[in-house]
Amino acid sequence: MSLISGGLDSMLATKAVMEQGVHVEGINFFTGFCVEGHTHAIRKKDKAKPKRNNSLWVAEQLGIKLHIVDVIEEYKNVLINPQHGYGANLNPCLDCKVFMVQKAQQWIQENNFDFIITGEVMGQRPMSQRKDTMPVIARESGANERLLRPLCAKNLPETLPEKEGWVNREELYDFSGRTRKPQITLAEKYGFTDYAQPAGGCCFLTDKSYSNKLVDLWTARGKKEYELDDVMLLKVGRHIRPQPHFKMIVAREEGENNFLQGYKNIFRTMTTVSHPGPLVLIDGVLSEEDALLAAQITARYSQGREAEQVEVKMTQQGEEKQFWVKPLLSTKIPKEWHV
Amino acid sequence: MNKQFLDARRLLCPMPVIRVQDKIKTMIPGGQLEVVCTDPGVMQDIPAWCRINGHQILSASSDVGEFTINIIVGD
Repeated sequence: MSLISGGLDSMLATKAVMEQGVHVEGINFFTGFCVEGHTHAIRKKDKAKPKRNNSLWVAEQLGIKLHIVDVIEEYKNVLINPQHGYGANLNPCLDCKVFMVQKAQQWIQENNFDFIITGEVMGQRPMSQRKDTMPVIARESGANERLLRPLCAKNLPETLPEKEGWVNREELYDFSGRTRKPQITLAEKYGFTDYAQPAGGCCFLTDKSYSNKLVDLWTARGKKEYELDDVMLLKVGRHIRPQPHFKMIVAREEGENNFLQGYKNIFRTMTTVSHPGPLVLIDGVLSEEDALLAAQITARYSQGREAEQVEVKMTQQGEEKQFWVKPLLSTKIPKEWHV
Repeated sequence: MNKQFLDARRLLCPMPVIRVQDKIKTMIPGGQLEVVCTDPGVMQDIPAWCRINGHQILSASSDVGEFTINIIVGD
């Protein structure tokens, strides 16, 4: 069973084992934070790009089955209470890898598979792919000797598949470090010319801006909790928090506007009536004064930003209220309000 | 024919694929599944998932922001 992220390393690791005549199937875990997911559908500027899911695409290139597993609920504990802490942002990379290998271990036991493959390379990532942390993953996941890392197996102690002769250790690799050259050479050998190489990995939690928004959400709520809708909304729009008790999510373009329409029944919304403008979701409770400020900010992001007065409509659960406001000058929106 | 329906509207990929996968696990080979979605990504992802897992796409169509895919469950 191979953990398929959709990137090059897991593709190569899988192929290396398949080349030895082993039957391999793939597994992909959907945490909610995967870059592979929703955002393809949201922003209009992305619509020109192919909407392929790279893990499915990789599986198809390899000719293997792929099982996609929804781990959104279980993953909350990994993110909220990481035993090994966070990386540079809110990325609990080591706990995440332990969790995924543990889930894969459970899967192989239930489905009579013999071992787990990952595309890990020693030294490739600062947190989860280090010489000292790679044994931690094998141990804490419970996979132990059933975890094979074909791309750097020769740098690690022999695993069960090697000892049993299910795979030949001599035909595995000794990649290490952050260089991508050996992977690119191996990709050429296997004839892979098209593959995904996301710069920040495959997870939104490695992104500083995204992590800041998640911290802001937790701070505002006074607790570290989230739902899938929160995860999705943090990827969309301009997030502005003028007061600790309310935040505005301002669509930046048509694709985001359409996406946010789906939340109109859950959130209070604002839109400009006298001029074309974005849909704005408001998360939190508004006083009269807050509503006026939010309307001015909404007007600021409309095509009436230079106008003397802009009409703004606020809607909540079918009830509407209209305001005529002067758009707030951009200089009156402090940088700190932008989450 | 044993035809079943799945509503995957408002879900973004890969959730519709996961729902299809989980539904098909409960069905018998030869059964038909009709899934309706709103994420255009499904027109690529569900056929890809079906191809690699041995299921057949009978039809795929779109109408006013909705995408309907009919699948025959493989062995």
